[in-house]
Amino acid sequence: MGAFPILSLMLLVPLVGAVICLLASERAARMVALVATLVDLGLGIVLWARYDVGGAQWQFTERLPLFAGFQWAMGIDGIAMLLIVLTVFLMPICILASHSITRRVPEYMATFLFMELLMIGVFAAQDLFLFYIFFEGGLIPMYLIIGVWGGDNRVYAAYKFFLYTLLGSVLMLVAMLWMAHEAGTTFIPTLMAYDFPPHAQTWLWLAFFASFAVKMPMWPLHTWLPDAHVQAPTAGSVILAGVLLKMGGYGFIRFSLPMFPDASLQFAWLIWGLSMAAVVLTSLIALVQTDMKKLIAYSSVAHMAIVTVGLFAFNTQGLDGAMIVMLSHGVVSGALFLCVGVIYDRLHTREIARYGGLSINMPHYALLFMLFTMASVGLPGTSGFVGEFLSLIGIYQVSTWATAVCTTGIILGAGYMLYLYWRVAFGVQRNADAAEMPDLDLREWVMLGALGLAVLWMGVYPESFLAPIRSDIAALDARIARAAPVSDSDLKTTAPKAARGGAQ
Amino acid sequence: MDFAGSLSLIVPEIVLSVSGLVLLLVAGWAGSRANRLVTILACVVLAACFALTAPSVCGGAMGAGTSAFGGLFAADAFAGFAKLMIYAASGAVLVVAPAFFGRYGLMRAEFPVLVLFAVLGMNVMVSATDLMTLYIGLELNSLSSYVLASFLRTDERSSEAGLKYFVLGALASGILLFGISLTYGFTGTTAFTGIRNALDGHMAMGALFGITFVLAGLAFKISAVPFHMWTPDVYEGAPTPVTTFFSSAPKVAAVALVARVSLGAFGPQAEAWRQIVIFAALVSILVGAVGAIGQSNIKRLLAYSSINNVGFILVGLAAATPQGVASMLLYLAVYVAMTIGSFVVVLMMRDGEGRPLEAISDLAGLSRTRFALAFCLMCLMFSLAGIPPLMGFWAKLVVFQAAVNAGLFVVAVLAVVGSVIGAFYYIKIVKVMFFDEPADTIRGGSDWAHWALLAISTIAISPVMYLVTGWLTQLADKAAAALFLVA
Repeated sequence: MGAFPILSLMLLVPLVGAVICLLASERAARMVALVATLVDLGLGIVLWARYDVGGAQWQFTERLPLFAGFQWAMGIDGIAMLLIVLTVFLMPICILASHSITRRVPEYMATFLFMELLMIGVFAAQDLFLFYIFFEGGLIPMYLIIGVWGGDNRVYAAYKFFLYTLLGSVLMLVAMLWMAHEAGTTFIPTLMAYDFPPHAQTWLWLAFFASFAVKMPMWPLHTWLPDAHVQAPTAGSVILAGVLLKMGGYGFIRFSLPMFPDASLQFAWLIWGLSMAAVVLTSLIALVQTDMKKLIAYSSVAHMAIVTVGLFAFNTQGLDGAMIVMLSHGVVSGALFLCVGVIYDRLHTREIARYGGLSINMPHYALLFMLFTMASVGLPGTSGFVGEFLSLIGIYQVSTWATAVCTTGIILGAGYMLYLYWRVAFGVQRNADAAEMPDLDLREWVMLGALGLAVLWMGVYPESFLAPIRSDIAALDARIARAAPVSDSDLKTTAPKAARGGAQ
Repeated sequence: MDFAGSLSLIVPEIVLSVSGLVLLLVAGWAGSRANRLVTILACVVLAACFALTAPSVCGGAMGAGTSAFGGLFAADAFAGFAKLMIYAASGAVLVVAPAFFGRYGLMRAEFPVLVLFAVLGMNVMVSATDLMTLYIGLELNSLSSYVLASFLRTDERSSEAGLKYFVLGALASGILLFGISLTYGFTGTTAFTGIRNALDGHMAMGALFGITFVLAGLAFKISAVPFHMWTPDVYEGAPTPVTTFFSSAPKVAAVALVARVSLGAFGPQAEAWRQIVIFAALVSILVGAVGAIGQSNIKRLLAYSSINNVGFILVGLAAATPQGVASMLLYLAVYVAMTIGSFVVVLMMRDGEGRPLEAISDLAGLSRTRFALAFCLMCLMFSLAGIPPLMGFWAKLVVFQAAVNAGLFVVAVLAVVGSVIGAFYYIKIVKVMFFDEPADTIRGGSDWAHWALLAISTIAISPVMYLVTGWLTQLADKAAAALFLVA
């Protein structure tokens, strides 16, 4: 493999696909999009297989001084690698899920492929401004996806999504300009080891926070999310929840924590406070939703709050947990939106009350929906459990109070998810039209089955996902160790008994 | 430098004036029959001037060897960079004008001639290193522009635009002249180098007034707030090819002129004028953004957009560093491409009978009826809004970078917040084209020249152009260095 520019190739494939789609007919565009995303999935698998666990921190690096002021720098560590794999894994599923889109298909497929390019670019970019270009460029396709193919109130949602996220990001741009000026480089790995003056860190951290908190989204900046989710087409929701929300978390891991460790500690209380509020409040809001997509959107906000407390626990378990929650949520929330999409395609409503007793006429659907519900709740054996458990261990080492509140949120999470499942799948068949809906067809089986396997794999053998990120998390942990907050739980987790005995 | 040497420096200007006069004779002799010939020849002249000017830009001409006529005129790389943009923009206008005026039967051979004289005026503006040369260039450009604005004689709005432009332009010239006289009175010279030496160190209160009035007069020309009121009316009323012209070439010339006056003549007192420029920049961004929101006419919207863009360019000037000047030039280059592209789309908005349409509502659902047109305009709008990966983002990036490197964080933050407000109306156009039900009023076809221009502008703002940013930055850096060396 060596110098083969596989990351650039992964960007090129969807780009070429997008151009072909624009020129192709409807049927051909579907095929081209599917082939392009499958090729990228193949490349993603190659990427994972060739990734040398325990090797160099940055692998598959490419550097070309192509532009003025910044360069074409690509490269991934374990964290970025897993997120890229998540992206390329979800994309073919999105294309399959777009079966019900019948309007302007070539443009739709081209937009999705362009989106894929930008998402991979975000995780692979090693240059500050290159990152920003990919990060912000995502606004254009997402604006079009929501606005052109969305629901009734799509224009409002598209505007809200666009302006909200743009405002958050431009402040980050000014901070980036200052960093490039101060450090004299735009190369992210160098910046990750650069010590910015503490007073400057405060402002830089806040500027990055403005961007990532909106993308994440953190309470109370989350209000664009339910609107965008509800109005977006199914595949748009999957991409939004599955990958776009991870950009915020990735940003915290890649920028805020390693580049501004002192400011991260300084504002840890803010993150914890907002996350605790988010876990409880959005879970309560989710409980009273009557729209399925809105309910899952609010649950996304709650799950992302678990990610942020894990990240700002300043220890290995918390960081590991945050990563796993991100991956797990990417798969699970994507799957849940697909589950909503499956029945929405049949009945064209997202009202929970219009369904009921689906386990009678759609047993296969009910089974898979149950699996994803349990994964969202965090049942042991599913991906959700691993991530949430690790995150909570992480935060417990720092603050028992935060842990107590977050755990309450998880219990509430079980409440609203089970309540949703009960209303949709169990009970009597109140509505005749819902009772006549056919069970999953092959296409839906393939999509949900693939996601189901991923959920179980991550739940049963998380080591596959923890191994690639272990050295990166350890490096990050070492970088932020000096800023780590003092624990209030008085845990002695570091030294095993035997070792302690030896020391005495 | 001797007279022959001076003349050799102004070859492009000589070519422009001589060919302008010759073409005027041809136009006077042959009348409307020569329309096509004169237009083509004018394009050829512009291309020749482009070729004559290009070496000074690529070679980074600077220093004493570029100063002609005892310091009245400078043919350095900075002026050259601006001139190349002026030629390109004017050439584009000449390409689209005949089709537009031809529909009214009002295409006249004088149009290309007037454009040539305006270009000559702009050339003198960007090369001026003396307040007298500056004024001559400015007036030559303005007088041609007044006529161009009212070129559609039978149209009331066009005549109104010409008159409005003339009255307010005369007022601005008066303000400028007052400033020039004050500056002369307190520094004892009209040459930029002399003013520069006189202002080094202590500055008299009267000279500060002079600076303020000169900048106010020039702010009118670049339509910076608070001297922007004429812009929407003139842009709306003037024939669309002329609006295309106004929003591109003279803007480049005036911005380059402002840069040379501020940094060349008033360079030592940067602290004094910087606050004026910062104020004008931020208020232009804000007024340009907010004013555009309520517009229903696309030409008025683009007028506010140009006010908004001037604000960003002035942010680069406020930095008062070579990097700031280079960023202004780069922003201008991208801005010219975006503006020409947008107005070409406006020119292509025609109904079944070929009548021009100007309402934003006419664009409704364009993506379904005319996808290629809608796609290009979408790229242009996102680029104007500064959304990556389009070149409009890069232009804003270099300007903000210059501002941040010069320590103007607060200005940069306020400007980016302003850009978000501006983004609102740009994405509104995209919304109208892509989300709304088709109005299907735009049915007229366009000739290949329009399509070619649109394609060139769209490619010029596409991410492909990142590959030439290195080269462009080098040229702009050399141009900025030339300005600072003379200064």
